[in-house]
Amino acid sequence: MIHYSGNVSIQLNVNREIHEVVVMPQDTLLRVMREKIGYTGPKAGCENGDCGACTVLMDGKPVKACLMLAVEAVGKEVLTVEGLEDTEIQKAFISEGGFQCGFCTAGFLMNAFALLETNPDADEAEKKDWLSANLCRCTGYEGIEKALTLAQKRIQEKNNNKR
Amino acid sequence: MNTKDGIGTSLTRKESLDKVSGRVIYGGDNMTPQMLYAAQKTSPHAHAKIIKIDTEKAKGMKGIKAIFTGDDYKDNLGLYLCDKPPVARNVVRHYGEVVAAVVADTYANATAAADAIAVEYEVMKPILSPLEALSDDAYTIHEEMGSYSHIKPIHPEPGTNVANRTKIRKGNPTEAFKSAHVTIETFVEIPPGDHVAMEPRVAIAEIKKTGYVHILSSTQAPFVVKGLMHQFFGIDQGKIIVKAPLIGGGFGGKAGIQLEGLAYLLSQKVGGRPVKLVNTREEDLTGSPGHIGLQAKIKIAADAEGKIMGMDMDYYFNSGAYADYAVNVSRAAAISCTGPYYVPNIRCDSMCVYTNMPFATAYRGFGHIEMSFAVERAMDELANALKMDPLELRIKNGIKPHDTTPVQSVLNESTGDIIKCFEEVGAMLGGDIGATQQLENNTVRVKGVTGLWKAPAMPTNTDAGAILTFNSDGSCNLNTGVVEIGQGTKTGLAQIVSERLGIPVDKVHVVMEVDTSVSPSDWATAASRGLMMAGMATLEACEDAENQIKEIASAVLRVPKRDLKVDGERVFVPDEPKIGLNLSEVVLGYVYPNGNAIYGQVIGSGKYIAKHLTDLDPETGEGHPDLEWTLGAEGVEIEVNLNTGKYKILKAVCCIDVGKVISPALARGQIVGGMAMGMGYTTMEGFTFNDRGQVTNGVLRDYKIMRYGDEPEYQVKFLETPQQDGPYGARGLGEQSVIGMPGAIANALSRAVGKGMNQIPLTPEKVWKTSMEVKR
Ligand code: FES
Ligand code: FES
Repeated sequence: MIHYSGNVSIQLNVNREIHEVVVMPQDTLLRVMREKIGYTGPKAGCENGDCGACTVLMDGKPVKACLMLAVEAVGKEVLTVEGLEDTEIQKAFISEGGFQCGFCTAGFLMNAFALLETNPDADEAEKKDWLSANLCRCTGYEGIEKALTLAQKRIQEKNNNKR
Repeated sequence: MNTKDGIGTSLTRKESLDKVSGRVIYGGDNMTPQMLYAAQKTSPHAHAKIIKIDTEKAKGMKGIKAIFTGDDYKDNLGLYLCDKPPVARNVVRHYGEVVAAVVADTYANATAAADAIAVEYEVMKPILSPLEALSDDAYTIHEEMGSYSHIKPIHPEPGTNVANRTKIRKGNPTEAFKSAHVTIETFVEIPPGDHVAMEPRVAIAEIKKTGYVHILSSTQAPFVVKGLMHQFFGIDQGKIIVKAPLIGGGFGGKAGIQLEGLAYLLSQKVGGRPVKLVNTREEDLTGSPGHIGLQAKIKIAADAEGKIMGMDMDYYFNSGAYADYAVNVSRAAAISCTGPYYVPNIRCDSMCVYTNMPFATAYRGFGHIEMSFAVERAMDELANALKMDPLELRIKNGIKPHDTTPVQSVLNESTGDIIKCFEEVGAMLGGDIGATQQLENNTVRVKGVTGLWKAPAMPTNTDAGAILTFNSDGSCNLNTGVVEIGQGTKTGLAQIVSERLGIPVDKVHVVMEVDTSVSPSDWATAASRGLMMAGMATLEACEDAENQIKEIASAVLRVPKRDLKVDGERVFVPDEPKIGLNLSEVVLGYVYPNGNAIYGQVIGSGKYIAKHLTDLDPETGEGHPDLEWTLGAEGVEIEVNLNTGKYKILKAVCCIDVGKVISPALARGQIVGGMAMGMGYTTMEGFTFNDRGQVTNGVLRDYKIMRYGDEPEYQVKFLETPQQDGPYGARGLGEQSVIGMPGAIANALSRAVGKGMNQIPLTPEKVWKTSMEVKR
């Protein structure tokens, strides 16, 4: 196990770029990304693991960046909402009304994106399982559900065409 | 008119792409190298004397710039009633109250020092309900109430715990109760709780050497903040610059003044440097204000046919430790105290009562969700007593144009059609509202309905403004004081411009951030009045701009102004369209081929101010505080397992008369979002307390709100009875759909268990217990 103490210089791979940052071992990944690298897309809704607004992908898996230490992300590929580009889920969130204030959106997008990457044929129960990790106070979830359904359909169609 | 983007089409929000790309900068996303960071220390006690605050150790810690305690500022702050020190002074009045704040070079250093501050308390017994606060032996939570300054429309009762009382007296209720065929009485309770906007509150304050005070805040009401900063601290109005970026949800929780005052005082302590104060989620839940609680007694008298003859009501709103907006919430509930029913004889006392609980501010519905719960439970009790269908009873009593409201104002033709709303809701639920359908396994299917109404509660001089400037390509820029909190008003306003001037909506640029030094004044983005008032101001600005465009074109084209029309990005003569100019040629002044230029740029301006509003008579409540009424009806269908108490809301329906629907998708989003909030409020939310008054669910893990997958099937219908003085006939719709959910759910569950379920939240455990009681 690697041991860190005091100020340490680490390299973080965020959104396909290497960032050299000086952190304290107790600094969370969320705060380091937001305050030191400048990725403010992930949000601090609770910093307690309860809301999902800080969700990012680490090696393709959704994690709550407020519960991760920055040093834990060394050697991993981190993807934030800023690293998503023109994905089906983003497009569907816009067309289906997947957000209002947008504060929860980064977290929902990352989680939903990972779900569709991992399991494009997820059924309703699996979707609920994944997305109940995030909270949204504005939409009543109707738009999010519709967006997920639409993005899933589009991805399935694409996959079928490939086959 | 450009029909593609105009009124009635569903557009995506203007800021959509930035929102799905993490590119919107919310308040908390602002960080500069000059910034210092604040942390707060909060009280673990609900009611205590502060004996000593020991800051010695904290002072010596790394990076500490300043420590602020109650003794650092001698005056109180307060929105309507100046009752709250910026941090607790001598006494703590609720769990989570801020007792000290620290400023440091980093947030981590600030929190470490806040932890190191030692506070010695003498813990005292808290008051934990309004009725307890009103009992004879209750102590007075604000001894000094008599010395607090307050606005005129509220009536504090010094020496008691009543921060405001609004009386409604109409007709002769005593007589009505005497001659009634049936009377019913009911008592309901709602605990205080929280908005849980996903963005915790933030304020950044800086005092420049020139005396300018810059405040960036997650506020729904930058102009209220500006006005109050002047009032509290004597800063010149023109030197206060409040900026509101996009907000991560407000729901009323960010509509007053909250962290701004403290952030300013902290900046003052560090020589004016910018100080960033962000709530943790826990501080946001219990340190900053949440939603109000209620205890209420309601009596209804009716004749044999089910016509309501009179109502007698006592609303005891639970303000918590401070008054904030609560004193106006209780007043707003009084104005519409009967729900959307015509009642000729009324006695109502609506009180705002101090307790030792987290304090309350505005919350979506502004007193109406609480009032409605009480009234709608009573209506179902009345239907039971009369053995009448609950929907039929409501249709029979639904309020109509020309009826008088509780404050004796007369409803006009712009008032929505609640009867039709009831019918639509009945139809969406498949009728037979009073029936209980037995399924297997001791499971039943039940329905519940409610009516709802709301008028904005706001100052009589509530205003809005709009400024329209242009770019050389003929596109325009709309600047209003409406804050974008997720409701989509900015997009709606762009649609209004597009419709009015025939400019495609993509070429109507809206200024997203509000800056009180450049945006026209706008009371607040609250009370569901943004689209209506800023919409009217925007229309006037369009008209003004159109007039100027025609004036230029009239000179250039040598045709009378009245023969010109502006549409499709041109100004032209309709029957000879070739005679015309592109807007791009005129909006910054016209330039002749030889270089001569005339007129200069077009700047459209428009304004709105509420008309003919008055305060209430202190003895009878008579007055005209109600600008417009939005009416609607809601209902649910629920499946309940009586063995376990577990239930699932299968369907939630709403029919609401919003006047003209400007953007159907955005409007539906507001309605559905409100219904979801109302469902969470009713089924799982609210603070829980131990007997020492400590909040036992003060973290998001324990304070439950609805999650993905909890949502039922939503059905929404709009009626469009035009608001005659609204933009294209539109009126407010942002809050209304939250109002009817508690009553609808409680009415359905009461039917399922066979007994009134009158205490929110209606948890499965409560359903199970009640159903067991009934069985026995
Ligand atoms: S901020 Fe990480 S879960 Fe809420
Ligand atoms: S869109 Fe506001 S919290 Fe989800």
